[in-house]
Amino acid sequence: MASEKNVTTTGLLGWIDTRFPLTKLYKEHLSEYYAPKNFNFFYFFGSLAMVVLALQIITGIFLTMHYKPDASLNAAGVPVAFASVEYIMREVPFGWLIRYMHSTGASAFFVVVYLHMWRGLIYGSYRSPRELIWIFGCAIFLCLMAEAFFGYLLPWGQMSYWGAQVIVNLFSAVPLIGPDLSVWIRGDFVVGDATLNRFFAFHVIAIPLVLVGLVAAHIIALHEVGSNNPDGVEIKKNKNAEGIPLDGIPFHPYYSVHDILGIAGFLILFCAVVFFAPELGGYFLEFNNFIPADPLVTPPHIAPVWYFTPFYSMLRAVTDLFTWVMVASAGLGALAVLRARWPMMIKGGAIAALLVLAITFRVFDAKFWGVVIMGGAVIILFFLPWLDHSPVKSIRYRPNWHKALYMVFLVNFFILGYLGVLPPFPFGQAYSLVGTVFYFAFFALMPIWSRIGDFKPVPERVTFKPH
Amino acid sequence: MRRVKDLTMKKLFKSFLAAIAVSLTFAAAPAAFAAGGPVALDAIPAQKLSDRAAMQNGAKTFMSYCLGCHGLSAMRYSRLADIGMTEEQIKAVMPPGAKPGDYIRTSLNRAEAKDWFGAAPPDLSVTARSRSSHSGAGTDWIYTFLRTYYEDASRPTGWNNKTYVGVGMPHVLWDAQKSKSPAEFDSMVGDLAAFLNYVSEPAQFSRKTIGMVVMAFLAIFFVLAWRLNKVYWKNIK
Repeated sequence: MASEKNVTTTGLLGWIDTRFPLTKLYKEHLSEYYAPKNFNFFYFFGSLAMVVLALQIITGIFLTMHYKPDASLNAAGVPVAFASVEYIMREVPFGWLIRYMHSTGASAFFVVVYLHMWRGLIYGSYRSPRELIWIFGCAIFLCLMAEAFFGYLLPWGQMSYWGAQVIVNLFSAVPLIGPDLSVWIRGDFVVGDATLNRFFAFHVIAIPLVLVGLVAAHIIALHEVGSNNPDGVEIKKNKNAEGIPLDGIPFHPYYSVHDILGIAGFLILFCAVVFFAPELGGYFLEFNNFIPADPLVTPPHIAPVWYFTPFYSMLRAVTDLFTWVMVASAGLGALAVLRARWPMMIKGGAIAALLVLAITFRVFDAKFWGVVIMGGAVIILFFLPWLDHSPVKSIRYRPNWHKALYMVFLVNFFILGYLGVLPPFPFGQAYSLVGTVFYFAFFALMPIWSRIGDFKPVPERVTFKPH
Repeated sequence: MRRVKDLTMKKLFKSFLAAIAVSLTFAAAPAAFAAGGPVALDAIPAQKLSDRAAMQNGAKTFMSYCLGCHGLSAMRYSRLADIGMTEEQIKAVMPPGAKPGDYIRTSLNRAEAKDWFGAAPPDLSVTARSRSSHSGAGTDWIYTFLRTYYEDASRPTGWNNKTYVGVGMPHVLWDAQKSKSPAEFDSMVGDLAAFLNYVSEPAQFSRKTIGMVVMAFLAIFFVLAWRLNKVYWKNIK
């Protein structure tokens, strides 16, 4: 067998290489993986997401050594799960550090992942041939949301408990099977010990396993097609005689040292929170979550943690009024189909389907459509590679009004996020409705607007200033 | 061409920051909606929060006035050494029969207490954290709450509270308030809040000390990483 392989290494490495592609992997993924040399600030966040993932897994392993997923009350009347977290905070040597790293890490994960996604969005990193990287990435984001949701129940505080209660109750709005479905998810009629134990299982093994697999797929797909860059120029189009991209540089050492700098900067911010403001004003650790879970006392205001709030705003925006907006959108869609140059049969079918959908918008509970909108806000991201029809990838060469539109999108997302933290109030509700419509219209109408405007010429080579 | 692109990047980054600023400004407006509480909280004198003598006083007050109903079940008596109490001092405040390694638990029966007060008195281990809100720190809440009791004949206990309207707990510190000047009473309550603040997170002081060392290390690490990066990237034209 070994003779069939052309192994050039000798000694121990040679012995390994005849049995395992160690040198091959090292070259393909590090020393001979050519990345564009014009990466900017936004390109730190991919490697940072990996760092945070590693931090979460390692701190998580140590937390499980002392954490007890048990909803029963101890002798002092405090739930065992809640008390075990306080035990980690007080009696486990440096337990407080591990716990704060894990709780801050959860928020940090979303910070870096949101920035990473924003980078992909503005530079068109999802465009051909990188559709699968994007899809794996969206699946990672979904897993991350599930992981955060399951994990948030574990400290068994009031926000843990009622947050889970609110979200699981949403499933009861699903037509026909809803009530049974929510009981099935909880394993009980209310959130209880069964729920806590299954959420623990999902949080510590089921979801992380999928997450790690998806991250591997994300990176393998990336290294297959190569990284995009802020210019959206394919560096593989310009190669030298040895077949090395002219604008590419080996990932190691150039981007490994670069990413170490990024990690150093990240750790400064991360440790500033961990050591000096672990609650971060109630945004990273909610104050109410220091009250043990009490099924008999509903907190006056139940707010999810900040990273879910844009989607929570969208959920809350879907009231009876919003279902009329959805009916109107279906009507507009039907009109668009009517004018399209499609075969009669398809046209008729599509219009009929849209009209049936419009009726269901009014027949089913608005709460159910809220769940659909909230889920849809993430699912729509999967389709981005096929929604964007602009002739250029990067925002740099798009018309100025496109840039403005992306900024409006960003500000809208921030505002929705902030409103999601607050209890509902009339102006906030009105804004959420408009903001939600804008969020969906941005994606749904992208096939139309992304083609329009004066695009700037894209250079042959990447733009790079030596530093 | 190159400079033009650079500017675009900078502009993009600037507008990115501007976008955050705009949304934060927008966001600040309805912040008032989030604030709660019927009275404005009085801030606890800040120096008390790091004053060991104050915390020790607070510990003594807790053991004589609060422990009858409220536990600090996440905390052992022996940990009072952290705030500078000697073994003798700790033993002096411990209820009879308790051992230094025991958790600070109340002897009150929860089921009976529920019958008497309508709800079992909560464990106060992390109350200084849970009572935090956007209107003030948890210690401010405790400091204000214990000073805003007033007589109210319509309540079963004869007491009501401006900070926590309809509270089940009677004014336990009433005799102390009666026998002390307002300033002395404020100081006593402040000491108690400072103690509860310590109890809510015993690691908080060492956390900040260790944090300074970590930040110093990271600052050096950052400079080294920055120089290393610079050296490598010098070759890239």
